[in-house]
Amino acid sequence: MAKPTLLWLQSITCNGNAHSFLNHPDLFSILSHFELVYHPVLETPYSLEVLNQKMLGCDILILEGSFKSKGVQKAGVEVLEVVEHYAKKAKHIITAGTCATFGGMFKAYDPENIAGFCYNEEEKTSRYENYASKLISLPGCPIHPKWLSYVLMMLSQKKSIPLDEMHRPQELYNITVHTGCSRNEYFEWKVDTKGFGLKEGCLFYEQGCQGPFTRGSCNKILWNDTSSKTIVGTPCFGCTEPSFPKTALFSTKTNMGIPANMPLGVPRRAYLTATGIAKSFKIKRFEERIIDYED
Amino acid sequence: MTDKKALKRESIIQASLQLFSSHGFHRTTIPDIATKLGMSVGNLYNYFSSKDILAKEIIKYTSEVLGDEIRAVNMLEISSKEKIENIVTIYFTMAKEKPEMIEYFLRVYLSHREVFKDGCEGMTCVSGFITEIMIFFDDGVSSGELRNQDFFSAFGLFMGYLGGMVFLKGEEILPRTLDEYIDDISRNIYYALKSE
Repeated sequence: MAKPTLLWLQSITCNGNAHSFLNHPDLFSILSHFELVYHPVLETPYSLEVLNQKMLGCDILILEGSFKSKGVQKAGVEVLEVVEHYAKKAKHIITAGTCATFGGMFKAYDPENIAGFCYNEEEKTSRYENYASKLISLPGCPIHPKWLSYVLMMLSQKKSIPLDEMHRPQELYNITVHTGCSRNEYFEWKVDTKGFGLKEGCLFYEQGCQGPFTRGSCNKILWNDTSSKTIVGTPCFGCTEPSFPKTALFSTKTNMGIPANMPLGVPRRAYLTATGIAKSFKIKRFEERIIDYED
Repeated sequence: MTDKKALKRESIIQASLQLFSSHGFHRTTIPDIATKLGMSVGNLYNYFSSKDILAKEIIKYTSEVLGDEIRAVNMLEISSKEKIENIVTIYFTMAKEKPEMIEYFLRVYLSHREVFKDGCEGMTCVSGFITEIMIFFDDGVSSGELRNQDFFSAFGLFMGYLGGMVFLKGEEILPRTLDEYIDDISRNIYYALKSE
């Protein structure tokens, strides 16, 4: 049986998602399930010029980068024109990364004219209706290589992928980055970290961590199979969210000491009641270093 | 708990609240409370196994009652300035109509920390009230009407001020009724908290 054809097309991008995917430990095993027709970095049988002639097959289309309706060309041809041609042909469209999904970092450069393929932040673009039936959103800056491999392998096995209302796979995005974070005990007892890079303390209360209100599985499917931003002591920047990028990423926005953003789905009253009580207790273990280094 | 038992429990809380506030915490005994309610001491112990436990339940109860009143203000579509006036009015009205509620907080809860140190650590027993004040501040800062600052610097200014006035009233030092201070005090609090 013929393998499904796979095209990876880029618009306005930094290559971050393409590079991230190259880190997949089983990259070539995964790609062996497909006929890779075009990829911006890997060697493929067809050139950009041939791709632009719109003659290639396309079962699965991966899009990377944000979109401008006019003025972005590759090899002398409008990118969006080529992308829309293959998008109509494709059985599945995967927007890989926050730029392709919501507009992301490049939208911040020209917010009026740059957007994602089917979403402009949370709003649907005019393209949405044409492609919604086959759209799979994979926001992230960049995406984790295993988020993409999960989708690709599910598609290759012809299994259905449960999606949320913004077409994100529920398996990957129906939890928050907070899920599985090694600092959860400190979050529960409202103990803030004393500085970036320390093993102890939570980064949510002062250091700007967006993990509790950011959808993603960074602490369930670890980066490089090893760690995550929050585990090593850097706040989550909320890179999978339609609102990405925000500013002042290393400090928590508060209103008179109350976090301006609540954990996802948690009513403010419930949060304030629970944390007010938790904060009233001093737990000795959480005030101590995990490892006592001898200086 | 059955409705009958819940009502009985609340009546014990209210009777104790009055006795503790008027006679003092240490001078009020469990038999005093039982006598006031016309119930046996043994039966009262079925509801609260010690005076200290009763004291902690009372502070939770008063905090919830006051918290519910402020919650109703928080739900209104009005400015922070108007909310301040409403909260001051609620606090002073409570001090006038149910003086035992505020007296208990000032003269029992704050004055007998040894009773509350186990089981009422920090904000644990007053969270019903504190949560609503936090929500009031958060809404005010989010709308741009109030200045963003440390929670306790704002909280101390607001609640310390009101508590101090009720305390002065209790000591019969204030020359006027609390109602007559509502306008000035509301304005003072607003000017201290509003954004520049």
